[in-house]
Amino acid sequence: MTREITLSKAVNEAIAEEMRRDASVILLGEDVAEAGTPFKVLSGLVEEFGTDRIIDTPISEPGFMGIAVGAAMTGLRPVVDLMFGDFLYLVMDQLCNQAAKTHYMSGGKLTAPLVLRTNMGATRRSAAQHSQSLQALVAHIPGLKVAMPSSAYEAKGLLKTAIRDDNPVVIFEDKLMYQDKAPVPEEEYLIPFGKAHIKREGRDVTLVATSSMVQVAEEAAEALAGDGISAEVIDPRTIVPLDEQTILNSVRKTSRAIVIDEGHQSYGVTAEIAARIGEKAFYHLDAPVIRMGAMDVPVPFSPALEDLTVPNAAGVAENARRICRGELIHAA
Amino acid sequence: MSAAKNRHNTEDYLQMYRQMVRIRAFEDSANQLYLSARMPGLTHMYSGQEAVAVGICEALTDEDRITSTHRGHGHCVAKGADFKAMFCELLGKAEGYCRGKGGSMHIADQSHGNLGANAIVGGSMGIATGAALSAKRLGREFVTVCFFGDGATAQGLWYEVMNMAALWQLPVIYACENNGYSEYTRTEEIAAGSLIARAQAFGIEAFQVDGQDVLAVNELTQQLVGRCRTGEGPFFIELDTYRYHGHHVGDINRDYYRSRDEEAEWKKVRDPITNFGKWLIDQKIMSADELVAIDEEITSDAQAAVQYALDAPYPDGNEVDMHVFSGVDHALEYPGGAHR
Repeated sequence: MTREITLSKAVNEAIAEEMRRDASVILLGEDVAEAGTPFKVLSGLVEEFGTDRIIDTPISEPGFMGIAVGAAMTGLRPVVDLMFGDFLYLVMDQLCNQAAKTHYMSGGKLTAPLVLRTNMGATRRSAAQHSQSLQALVAHIPGLKVAMPSSAYEAKGLLKTAIRDDNPVVIFEDKLMYQDKAPVPEEEYLIPFGKAHIKREGRDVTLVATSSMVQVAEEAAEALAGDGISAEVIDPRTIVPLDEQTILNSVRKTSRAIVIDEGHQSYGVTAEIAARIGEKAFYHLDAPVIRMGAMDVPVPFSPALEDLTVPNAAGVAENARRICRGELIHAA
Repeated sequence: MSAAKNRHNTEDYLQMYRQMVRIRAFEDSANQLYLSARMPGLTHMYSGQEAVAVGICEALTDEDRITSTHRGHGHCVAKGADFKAMFCELLGKAEGYCRGKGGSMHIADQSHGNLGANAIVGGSMGIATGAALSAKRLGREFVTVCFFGDGATAQGLWYEVMNMAALWQLPVIYACENNGYSEYTRTEEIAAGSLIARAQAFGIEAFQVDGQDVLAVNELTQQLVGRCRTGEGPFFIELDTYRYHGHHVGDINRDYYRSRDEEAEWKKVRDPITNFGKWLIDQKIMSADELVAIDEEITSDAQAAVQYALDAPYPDGNEVDMHVFSGVDHALEYPGGAHR
């Protein structure tokens, strides 16, 4: 049976199911218990699992991140709730120097099975320190897996897989999608890491899009269909591991690619995926691979400015039309 | 030092003596490896601080956890590690505790509860506190000791995790080895006020002990470990001690921050091994000749282990992308991982 639930509810269900299944799963972060987080994603969990397992922490991100690493190394499976993705900067040492390297530095003897749940996404009018999409920061670090759910269905299936993984996993939820509904099975399911999902098949151009940008790509594909351009939309679901093969197979078929991600464009996720297409499918390409990331500016507050900084469907569709016509978008 | 309690402690005393001598012998050999350019990289010597690691670790079981520091060889030996696997790790050999991937700054015998040496100053304070959370949550009795130096008390992380450890009554002992120097700077230049007062501000019971007196360290730790096992904790101990070498083996000309006279004085008057050896003789537990025999046996063990490690093979090149992820044999063959 499938019903429609919000992304917020999907996350809540994933955590509840895994906590019922495995007593070693705990959750900690700021205002996670009675408050259920500012987004109310975790409402009801403390009533079922108690304050021993749903643990409210002080506002001490490096501290509770470090505690999660140590707990993970000694028998627990912590799920860390980082209230905003922007706070990643606060936990970088514990996440990247400690959790990510524990297994390697110990020659495989120690593991740190933990999940860092956080969010991304602009256009919530939250200004520069509550709007960033920092997935490239952590995808850069060997030893971390990175999941980017694009709907309630992915949010639940990827989070359950993350909690069962023996490695540190960072999962980014789009904070603007918490109330978006999608069909989600009643029955238990997991979504494997490293397997992209072809959201829409097409012949003329491949749109590789992550998280919030999958909706944007689908909307663009719909508009392009009206123009007689057939776009294929690929959601990698996880960027580490990355299902390169599905992306390359698509590009070999369509000969054109646009990569869309809400992180800053320079040195970002779009740059990495575009480079791989360039390296591995160069002779199949009829046009340069186009990157569409967030503008390389701090996210501004004013709606008049903020909306200019993130890719939108009209922009994606326009770029697709132009490369399909053989125009150069970024001429030298 | 206080009087010997009774004869049945003889084995414990000897074990403490042997472990301190083993640390000193290990460090002397490591220093020689560095000076003769046979060791890759640098290392930070523990010599002078032996009574801290041994006094504490002799109060722990294999189930109990420790987190260690960049100056971690002493903790590693004291927690039960073997010379051969340690020297192999120091030289980057395949039989090292971390298969040569950690080296001096990440050395740990994980099977004896060592959660790793950490090269970020103060970097393991969260890990130790998290281990204590596991003990409490899983209903296990193990205690975690977090070793760190005086320099690490300047890290904000410590205050965050002490706060949580105190709020949640976690079985963790924060053990600050105050050797008087924060890298190349005197501690009084970097630490305002009193260190134990900082722990006390969180309502944590705090103690100061002579870190050159292995019996005093051991007795205090036994009490605190016992209290942790019955649900108390956290605790803080400041151990006054001294490092004989510079910040690392390459820090040789250090007159600008520390005098040779000061170093000579500590070695002459407050050496933890010499003083404990004298006490063992005074208490008629051991004779001077017996101690010399122990020293010689351990020196010879260290030399044999060094030779073993020098002769041991390096890891095969195909191990370079192993142990990046648990459950993935080779990270470069993982989907999308082909960064060759």
